[in-house]
Parts: sequence; structure tokens; C-alpha cells
Amino acid sequence: MGNDLKAKKLYITIDGYRMEDKFSGLDDSIKIEMLRKMYQIRHFEDETEQFIIRGMIHGTCHLYTGEEATAVGAIYAINDDDYITSTHRGHGHCIAKGADLNIMMAELLGKRTGCCKGKGGSMHIADVDSGNLGANGVVGGGIGIATGAALTCKMKKSGKIVICFFGDGAANQGIFHSSINIASIWDLPIIYLCENNVYGMSTPVKEAFNIEKISDRKCAYGIEGLTIDGNNLVEVFNTVSHFSGECRAGRGPVLIESLTYRWRGHSKSDAQVYRTREEIRQWVERGPIERYKKILIGGEILTEKEDKDLEKEVAVQLDKATKFAMESPFPEPSEVEDDVYA
Amino acid sequence: MREIQYREAIREAIIEEMDRDRKVFLIGEDVGVYGGAFKAYKGLLDKYGPDRVINTPISETAIIGAGIGAALTGYRPIVEIMFIDFAALAMDQIANQAAKIHFMSGGRLNVPLVIRTQGGVGKGLATQHSQSLEAWFYHIPGLKVVMPATSYDVKGLLKTAIRDNSPVMFIEHKMTYPVKGAVPEEEYTIPFGKADIKRKGEDITIFAYSNMVLKSIEAAEELEREGISCEVVDPRTIVPLDIDEVINSVKKTGRLIIVSEACRRGSVASDISARVTERVFEYLKAPVKIVAGLDTPIPYNSTLEWASIPQKSDIIKAVKELLEEIL
Ligand SMILES: Cc1ncc(C[n+]2csc(CCOP(=O)(O)OP(=O)(O)O)c2C)c(N)n1
Ligand SMILES: [Mg+2]
Repeated sequence: MGNDLKAKKLYITIDGYRMEDKFSGLDDSIKIEMLRKMYQIRHFEDETEQFIIRGMIHGTCHLYTGEEATAVGAIYAINDDDYITSTHRGHGHCIAKGADLNIMMAELLGKRTGCCKGKGGSMHIADVDSGNLGANGVVGGGIGIATGAALTCKMKKSGKIVICFFGDGAANQGIFHSSINIASIWDLPIIYLCENNVYGMSTPVKEAFNIEKISDRKCAYGIEGLTIDGNNLVEVFNTVSHFSGECRAGRGPVLIESLTYRWRGHSKSDAQVYRTREEIRQWVERGPIERYKKILIGGEILTEKEDKDLEKEVAVQLDKATKFAMESPFPEPSEVEDDVYA
Repeated sequence: MREIQYREAIREAIIEEMDRDRKVFLIGEDVGVYGGAFKAYKGLLDKYGPDRVINTPISETAIIGAGIGAALTGYRPIVEIMFIDFAALAMDQIANQAAKIHFMSGGRLNVPLVIRTQGGVGKGLATQHSQSLEAWFYHIPGLKVVMPATSYDVKGLLKTAIRDNSPVMFIEHKMTYPVKGAVPEEEYTIPFGKADIKRKGEDITIFAYSNMVLKSIEAAEELEREGISCEVVDPRTIVPLDIDEVINSVKKTGRLIIVSEACRRGSVASDISARVTERVFEYLKAPVKIVAGLDTPIPYNSTLEWASIPQKSDIIKAVKELLEEIL
């Protein structure tokens, strides 16, 4: 009987799209793994914040705190060898896609052992080995690149797909329009995943758009699109699972708007005069980790104690990454002229 | 005289010009409540309201386009591009449209547009937020290019830029915003195409603009203590360029160093060198020397970042080398 239940597919409807509830069929270990990833991102960002406060980060940083469910839910719904492109707020995507925490932390401190040899820093953090084609300092800069990677997938018939992460702010760059149109007429296997975190720097989404939902723009390109609760990992996972299948079947692209919220200031220097403490508090209460944890504990997939232990393990891992980063050497000045050409 | 920060000098210029002329307005990303990424517009939204301080979505191409269109039809917009690196997104509007319209229309249309932006190294912002791209604009006929180094210059030149009837690339430097300098209480403007001798000297001419003026002055002060007298010439606007002032200085000293934060290849510095050599070759006691940024993107790590552009020590070294060289 147990087997019968397992075999039976459950269906759900998200923003008008009926799809299989793939999450419920996942192994418990994977469900817990996703929580671990979210903790890794949260702790990585907390650690980074400490470095910022202590003046140890030379450049700026854009923290992903509060948005963890979008990166983790989406990236766990695709394959390891699929591609992503990331943004200036890229630590979360990078961790979720499988980058090593040590080399990421070393990069933030500008060390030679960093994933970009200390040349990229936070805004260009990426671990190419894990299929991450790069963070981006230019808002919208990744949208064209992701589209090209999807063209490769199609031409090679590799069966791979691309997730293109970008912010609400980036959706108002011209490249958003021209890239999605091209992807549409070429049927490219790509998920355009817009992280609507309510603000682009100081500008609220409601002042930058005159439409209800950013995903409404799907009509302009003749593609599918929907808006989801980006702080609900299960919803993100199921949506991306469904549409990654569509993309692999040649029915891409798709535009997914994931509603979430940035808990911290836009960057290192932001007095946050454009929002209230009350607004932040309300979103923190509906935080993605907090909500997902409840689902796992409520479903008896995880006990309170196991959850605490999991978080502790992650904290130890982060301590190790910090130690590795601190003890790593800086590059020599002469290395500045390396890597200009391939 | 009172001393104010470079960013305060910008704000004063804008307030004076907005009060003087209703046609002047501000447009750009995060120029509203945020007060501009480098806080030059602090309080301006409250003072002038959202009709004259227009906060925009992140759409550089459209913002510049809107500025051009408004300028063509009677306004005098000041468009802010947060980092000069992002001017790349709007290059058609700047180089093919704004720069050409007056000429293409046989002089019948004007584009009184100021594009305020900033560039340069120093804040660990890596490859896409640290470039010195003035050569791109220097190269395009039809654009004026202003690169002020001090509070005094930025205020007087910005007022002139706003009153100019041609499109002006007004390029600030991210490291100069907090630097204080003397600025009179009374109103003044500074004409374009008029270089300023930032420091008088006899032995060698140092030509520098933007933040490199400040580094060159520091170098000159240190060299003074060793008995070497440097004349620091700051063109302030590179288009139009006051080449005569440079020539006069070189005629006196016989030696020229050009300091450029921008990378050497295809730089403004290379062009200045050619122009001076063409005009006063016979006065030169040694070849013109260029101290410029390396031909690499700007790295994140602070040591590498530092190594990628000229420092005071590089200028001092170059001066000493040049003084030893005889043609
Ligand atoms: C082309 C460009 N314009 C402006 C900026 C400055 N900037 C950096 S991040 C940002 C806001 C981006 O908003 P959004 O895309 O919503 O991403 P979020 O920061 O909210 O994650 C801005 C204006 C930039 N980096 N690139
Ligand atoms: Mg945003």
C-alpha cells in the first residue's frame, strides 16, 4: 500500500498552472539537504556582514539574506550540469549551485585562493566548475549571457537548461526585452527567474512598474509565465521542476517572478531611508528558512534537535571557511597583469 | 575662504542653477530619497519635488534618451549615470544621437544636456565599477568632456556645463567626493577650455586631470623638498582642451609628464603627447613621458587595484627619470 501511495502523483495549482507536486515525492535526505543549503547561505551572509562591520571587505557586498528559498528551491529543481547566471547579489546562487565555501570566502577577502583569484570580489563571485556562468556588476548584464548559454544547449541538443537569475530592477533594462523575445522565437530552454525583492536599490517596484505582476510581461513575448511565493521553498521547487521539464521538452522559455524580500541594506552603505522597520519586521516574520523548517518539522522529516544540530554543523563549516580565507595569501602585485587574455 | 566637500560643491552648483532657471531638472537612478549614490543630491527631492528631481527605473538607455528629447524641446536636463561604466548601456544615445544632432540638423537643433557621472579606481569595486572611460567620449566629436579635480572647479564648471548648449559629459571621480577645498560664498563660473596651473614650477611640467591632479600635487610637494620644482597643469576640460597653456608651460620647463589614471592604450594622454610633440618638439629636452594605468581591467584586491593605476611614488620616479634624460 505504501508503494501505491508513493507511485500516485499529487497535483497542485500555482498561479493558474497545474503541475505535479514533485517536492512531496522527494527523498527526506534531499529535503533536509535543501535546509542545509539555506543555512549555509544565511550563515555565509552573516559572516560576510561581520567582515563588513570590521572593515575587512575592501569593496561592496550585496547580501542575499532573506531570499534563500528562491536560489535553493530553483537550483535544486534542475540538474548539477545545468547552467545559471547570477547577479550582483550573487552569494546565494553561488552557494546553492555548489560552490565551495572556502574559496568563496577567500574571494571576498581578495585572496589568491579565492574562486576568482581575488580579482572579482563579491560582485563577480562565481564557481565555474559548478555551472555558474558568473555574477554581474551590471544590472541586467547576465540576461543576454544566459540566453546565449541556452542557445548552446539547444544547438548541442545537450538536454541542459539555463536559469537566468535577475532582479526586479533588471527587468527594466532593454536587454530583458530583446533577450526574452529572442529566446521565445528560438524556443530556447531557459527559465528567466526574476527575483522581485520589492526594491531596486532605493526604488520600490510599485514606482518602477505600472503592471500588477512582472510576469504579466509574458504576453509580450508569447511565452508562459507566473508569479510565485519566493519565500516558500516548496513552491519555488515545484514551479521550477515543472518548467524545467517544459524547457527540456522544447517548450521554453518561461518567465517566473519570485516574490521575496531583502532583509539587509542594498549594499555596504545604505541608510535605508526608503523603507520602515515595521515593513522589514513583517517580512522577517515570514522568512524562508523559518517557514521551511516548520514544514519539515511538522511533516516529521526533521526533529527540533536535528534542526539545531544541522545549523551547528553549518556554523562549524563557516568557521572553517573563514579560517581558510583569513590564512590564505594575498596575490602579488605582479599578478595584476595575468588573465587579461585567454 | 570656507572649505567644502566636492560633493557639497556639486550640490551648491545644482541648487544655484535650478533656482536660476526653471528649465533645469534632475533625472537618474536613486536620485530621489536616496539622494544619489554618492549623496550629491541630498535633500534636493524635498526642496524641488518629484517633478524636478525625477527618480527612474534602472534603464540607462531610456534615461539618456529622455534627457536628449527633453533638451531638444526646451529643457536643460541633468542626467545622472551612477557609474561611467554604465554609460556603455546608453552609448548609442550618447555617441550617435546627442553628439550628432546639432551637426546633423545643420546647427538648427541644440542638445543642452549634462550627463553627470563618475569613474575611477579606489573603492574595491572591481572591473565593472572602476573604469576611467573619458577617452571614449573624448573621441566623439560633438561632446564636451569635463573632468574637475577640486571643489572649486567642480562647482564653477558644473554651472557652466548646465548653461552650455551642447551635450556635456561631466565626469567626476569617486575618490574626490569627500575631499574638501576652498570655495567662495559668491557666485562664479569657470569657462570651458581654460586650464589652471595648480602649482607653479620651473623644472618639469606635469599634466594631469581629475583625481590625478591631487596625486600630482602631492608628488610635487614631496619633490619640492628635494629641490625639484614641478609645474602642475590641470586642463579641467579635456574637450575643449587648452593646449596653449600646456605648450607655454613646456616651453618654459622643456620637460613634460602626462599622468593618466586611464589605461595607456588609446588614452587621452597619448593624444596630448602627440599634440605637444607636434607643436614644440624643439623645446623638449627629453621625450614626453606618460605615467598611466596598466592595460588591464581593474582588479578587486586592494593591492592589485593600487598597482593598476599611477600612485604618487610612480609620479616621483618618473619625474626623476625624466630629469636625468637628455635628448
Ligand atoms: C546598469 C547598472 N545600473 C545601475 C547599477 C547600480 N545598481 C546596482 S544594484 C542596483 C539595484 C538592482 O536592483 P534589482 O535588479 O532589483 O536587484 P536587487 O539589488 O534588488 O537584488 C543598482 C541600481 C548597476 N550596477 N548597473
Ligand atoms: Mg530588487
